[in-house]
Amino acid sequence: MIPLEWVLILAAALFCAGVYGVLSQRNGIAVLMGIELMLNATNINLVAFWRYLEPGAATGQAFALFVYAVAAAEAAVGLALIIAIWRTRDTIILEDIDLLKG
Amino acid sequence: MSILNLAWLIPLFPFLAFVAISVFTYRNRALSHRLAIGGITIAFVLSQIVFWAAVLLPVGGGEQAYESPLIHWLSAGVERFTLGIYIDPATTVMLFMVPLVCLMIFIYSVGYMNFGTPEVDPRYSRFFAYISLFAAGMLGMVVFNNLLTFFIFWEIMDTCSYLLIGFWYEKKSAYQAGLKAFLVTKVGDLFFMLGLLLLYAEVGSLAYRDIFNPGTLEHLAHTPFLGTQFSMATVIALLLFGGTVGKSAQFPLHVWLPDATESPPPVSALIQAATMVSAGVFLVMRVFPIFAVAEEGVLAIGGIHITIVALIGALTAILASIIAVAQNDIQRVLAFSTISQLGYMVAAMGIGAYVASAFHLITHAFFKALLFLGSGSVIYGMEHGHRDSRIANCELQTHVRAHSPCSHPEEFDPNDMMNMGGLAKRMPRTFWMFLIGGLALSGFPLVTAGYWSKDAILVQAYEQSPAIFWVLAVAAGLTAFYAMRPICMTFFGQPRSKAAEHAPESIPSMTVPLIILAVFAVGLGWAGIPEHFPVIGGLIPNWFHHFVGSTIEAGNAAEHVAEAAHGFVWQPTALWVIFALGGMALGGLVYGWKPMQAGEMDRVEAAMRKVWLGWLYDAMRDRFYFDEIYQATFGRGSILLADLFYMFNHGVVDGLVNLVGRAGRGLSEVSDVFDLRVVDRLVDLTGPGTRALSDLSAVVDLKVVDGAVEGVGDTTKAGGRFIRPIQTGGIQNYLLLVSLMVLALVMTFLMMLFLQI
Repeated sequence: MIPLEWVLILAAALFCAGVYGVLSQRNGIAVLMGIELMLNATNINLVAFWRYLEPGAATGQAFALFVYAVAAAEAAVGLALIIAIWRTRDTIILEDIDLLKG
Repeated sequence: MSILNLAWLIPLFPFLAFVAISVFTYRNRALSHRLAIGGITIAFVLSQIVFWAAVLLPVGGGEQAYESPLIHWLSAGVERFTLGIYIDPATTVMLFMVPLVCLMIFIYSVGYMNFGTPEVDPRYSRFFAYISLFAAGMLGMVVFNNLLTFFIFWEIMDTCSYLLIGFWYEKKSAYQAGLKAFLVTKVGDLFFMLGLLLLYAEVGSLAYRDIFNPGTLEHLAHTPFLGTQFSMATVIALLLFGGTVGKSAQFPLHVWLPDATESPPPVSALIQAATMVSAGVFLVMRVFPIFAVAEEGVLAIGGIHITIVALIGALTAILASIIAVAQNDIQRVLAFSTISQLGYMVAAMGIGAYVASAFHLITHAFFKALLFLGSGSVIYGMEHGHRDSRIANCELQTHVRAHSPCSHPEEFDPNDMMNMGGLAKRMPRTFWMFLIGGLALSGFPLVTAGYWSKDAILVQAYEQSPAIFWVLAVAAGLTAFYAMRPICMTFFGQPRSKAAEHAPESIPSMTVPLIILAVFAVGLGWAGIPEHFPVIGGLIPNWFHHFVGSTIEAGNAAEHVAEAAHGFVWQPTALWVIFALGGMALGGLVYGWKPMQAGEMDRVEAAMRKVWLGWLYDAMRDRFYFDEIYQATFGRGSILLADLFYMFNHGVVDGLVNLVGRAGRGLSEVSDVFDLRVVDRLVDLTGPGTRALSDLSAVVDLKVVDGAVEGVGDTTKAGGRFIRPIQTGGIQNYLLLVSLMVLALVMTFLMMLFLQI
């Protein structure tokens, strides 16, 4: 069996890729994709810990399912936001959106 | 190890092709299509090996289905799912058909998407990635051994159909059609999933071997569903059938399939012949043992017992063939013919004619793929003819592209049969192949495969349920009529547009697949000639019936009884052949005798308008307004629901919030008055005494306290000015700061941990 550490390293790498995507991409949709990557990295961790440490219980999988549901909701809301921004400001380039500037 | 285990690898190679194209080679068009075609070719070769092995070896071909060693696949809590391959005759015949038709379509696509010419499709590689995944989905669905993987691959195909129908998403109608196909099939899939859940709850497994053992089926047939009079088997069968209704475009979910012709024609062939729609019928075929024990799914209409499945199938068959008569888009005619033919298969399943239905599924795949690819070839010719005639007309234009040849392109529909005519001389190979496909579709007696499979269905319908037989026989007549219509309108007479005058014959990479498919559209019928058929009956053994029929053991005795007791029954065959030949003759007479001229009204339309049936023709042309009805009920309904929620939000929730706000305001006004009247008075009373004291402290205040406060204020201000630049309003900058902070904290934490600080 593949050692747990390898799986965790994979998850960490995926998470870092997600973080990098969120921080570096100019396109709002690409940022959402980055968030999905991070969520999926979390999922890998959840499932890996469940499989290696607590294979008898279903908690790890249950949490992964919750994360999926949350991710789906997040994507729906995120895309709706992006569409709304696109309609009002004609751009989804995040650098051009500075509504939070005080 | 049995050679049948090679089936594991069949879905793998198209899938690998998909991954390789989409990740690595999408920039290289030639390599991409070579990978896709290579993947499906390997799948084809493996399938052939498995097919012949299953046919020739006793295992898999006999009563016993072959199941490979299982691998542990998925576990959830205490539940364990295993994965293996399952090869029985149903799988085997699908493995013969699917990769072969897919391979032809792949090769054809290279030509259709203009490889190697300047007009090559901008998303050429992506197209091949999608169709590879599609093929992988279909093959995976066929070979694996449980309904869960079946469902997963089924959904993969759905996703691909969405992507492919909307492939030219610059066209509004195309992406809408993709969305429509996806959403409508999801309605069916919901029922499918509910059926799976119920089945799993009841049986505790979704593997075919566990479901289909006689004990389980017995149990399902005798367990009532939630205390109702229906048995578990009935409810499960009907729920699973919901998936078929969606996927195979049966009434009332047939609306997506005509719009699916917005896709590139090779995809129409893929979706409507080889994979997607066959999947629905294949599902019924797969779980047929459940249907066989679910006998309570019977409706009694006027004393005639018809199963719901047969009813829906027959209704779909007749409805779609009526609509098809009034369509002018060549692809839509074929789409409705697909719906109608699927209706045949489903009706056949409904009356228990399992083998006949499977046979029709296979033959239909070949001749319908042939027809769609043929129509694609015609459209290709029309587009190029249109371009060539435009080039002749607009010398001003220097840069010319296929789809928008002039700076102000006029509306031209290459699919409209009214613009065609006389193409037989321009595109002879396409013409002959399309003719063969059309004859197979109409069931031209003895020669074509379509005849033998349709005959098998109708003969059994005659035995089992005369009502179904008559409906299907009339539908067969209509089918023959509307199959002649595109043949005559497209290929005969004089060209009715400039484009048709200039249409060139398609390149060999498109016509060769047509020829190969045509061979099967004719020859495949010989595998299933009934043994009792006069003269030619015994020459070739009815291989298909023996092979596929062996799965159904004693479960479906009716079929065997009908076969054995009567020998050859000539009445049904004679009756429906009269219908079919009559339809063909009528179609040939109406459209072929005196070919239509440019600008002439459709003959049927003219005739119907003459006898005051114009309204009926309009209804047929507009597909009996199903789309409008669904738009008015479900589409409008969901918008209304959204409006309702909006109003609720606006009226009730906002109202509550405002109410709380107003109450708070009122309260504060009251306390304001209280403050002014009562508290202020009290304060004023104590005023003079404290005034003296305050004068004293004012000095301290001004000098000491103010100094301190202003010092703090100035410091804050200066600090604010200092960190102001970091508030850019850009969310990513904030996130970067947050991440760095978290990182710093983590580092600190680790340092504290390891350095024992």
